[in-house]
Amino acid sequence: MAALSLTVNGQSVNADVEDRTLLVHFLRDHLHLTGTHVGCDTSQCGSCVVHVNGRAMKSCTLFAVQVDGDNIETIESLAKDGALHPVQAAFQEHHGLQCGFCTPGMIMTAVDMLARHEQLDDATIRRELEGNICRCTGYLNIIKAIRSVAEAR
Amino acid sequence: MYTAPFQYRRAASVKEAEDMFSHSPDARYLAGGQTLIPTMKQRLAAPADLIDIARIGDLSFIRREASALVIGAATPHATVAASAEVESAIPALAVLAGEIGDPAVRHKGTIGGSIANNDPAADYPAAVLGLGASVKTTRRTIPADAFFKGLFETALEAGEIITEVSFPLPRRAGYAKFPNPASRYAMAGVFVADFGNAVRVAVTGAGPCVFRMTEMETALARQFAPEAIAGIAVSPDDLNGDLFGSAEYRANLVSVLAKRAVSAAML
Repeated sequence: MAALSLTVNGQSVNADVEDRTLLVHFLRDHLHLTGTHVGCDTSQCGSCVVHVNGRAMKSCTLFAVQVDGDNIETIESLAKDGALHPVQAAFQEHHGLQCGFCTPGMIMTAVDMLARHEQLDDATIRRELEGNICRCTGYLNIIKAIRSVAEAR
Repeated sequence: MYTAPFQYRRAASVKEAEDMFSHSPDARYLAGGQTLIPTMKQRLAAPADLIDIARIGDLSFIRREASALVIGAATPHATVAASAEVESAIPALAVLAGEIGDPAVRHKGTIGGSIANNDPAADYPAAVLGLGASVKTTRRTIPADAFFKGLFETALEAGEIITEVSFPLPRRAGYAKFPNPASRYAMAGVFVADFGNAVRVAVTGAGPCVFRMTEMETALARQFAPEAIAGIAVSPDDLNGDLFGSAEYRANLVSVLAKRAVSAAML
């Protein structure tokens, strides 16, 4: 067992977990933050993407003990006081989701790519989305949503 | 729980990591974990002790020297891809790092982890062999030509840790890759480096281990242009064949990608 002390969505969290607990299971099963999804479980689909110290990572491919002491942000951290984050609002506006399963990972990936690129063209957005899979194949509206946020800044 | 139980330890220095390793009957080092963790989830690896070396601060750096670019073993791919130092010293290396996996994987995966694992379809081995880099470890310095031994096999001894990789600066270099559309691993990838008096060509993804194409090197040393290697046939013998492509298909890819890598180097 490992004693963890980390920050999740701005809150200090202390917990005892088995060393082999994956970060995604720690978030979902221990902290009940079920917005982060498990899709493929093999690092390919990106529905488990969270931010570790401000950088997008796949929480199904990290052990919780690896992020002991770190700052984690999940999809639940984005909306403030009932108001959607601009990327969430853009996904709603541009119909960037169908079944919604991939959406938390898509949005966390989008927030990360917007932070790393001052300007985003469609080719860059597509390249940056390589690690996120939408089984509804709704990519065009996802790209449109992300581009609209980039253009509005 | 997907993986077998293990005990996690975080090392603060390479010395501490080697001490931990020597006191465990069954330890593995954990760097970025972007290959090791999926392997453990499938229970193809089940170490009793997992020693995290990714947090060792002095293993994450990029340093330009007079005739080499030196990258610390725990430097993530995203850092290499975005580095102005790498971009000015060996731009093809920044391109290669930026094509590994996807953005989330690049934020966590490290250069040391990639080459220590020596996946036959990984990108970094092509750059390390193609540039004739030196792999510095806690015990010695290993030239690239002696480092990659075979499928997932390297010259590293039990407990030995890669600390940095030193890349000689080429006059020009290029990398061209045909990624598997799902995994982004190389179906084939070719790294070409021109050092003025010599040219090196390294191929990843196509065979069981990264290898050099000496016939192409000789031809490119005479004339550094795609047409110089257009007539060189690549044998499918000993190349990989799987559901994504036959050995013959990969042999053709090597030829096409080598020409593209030369073109990229000439830009």
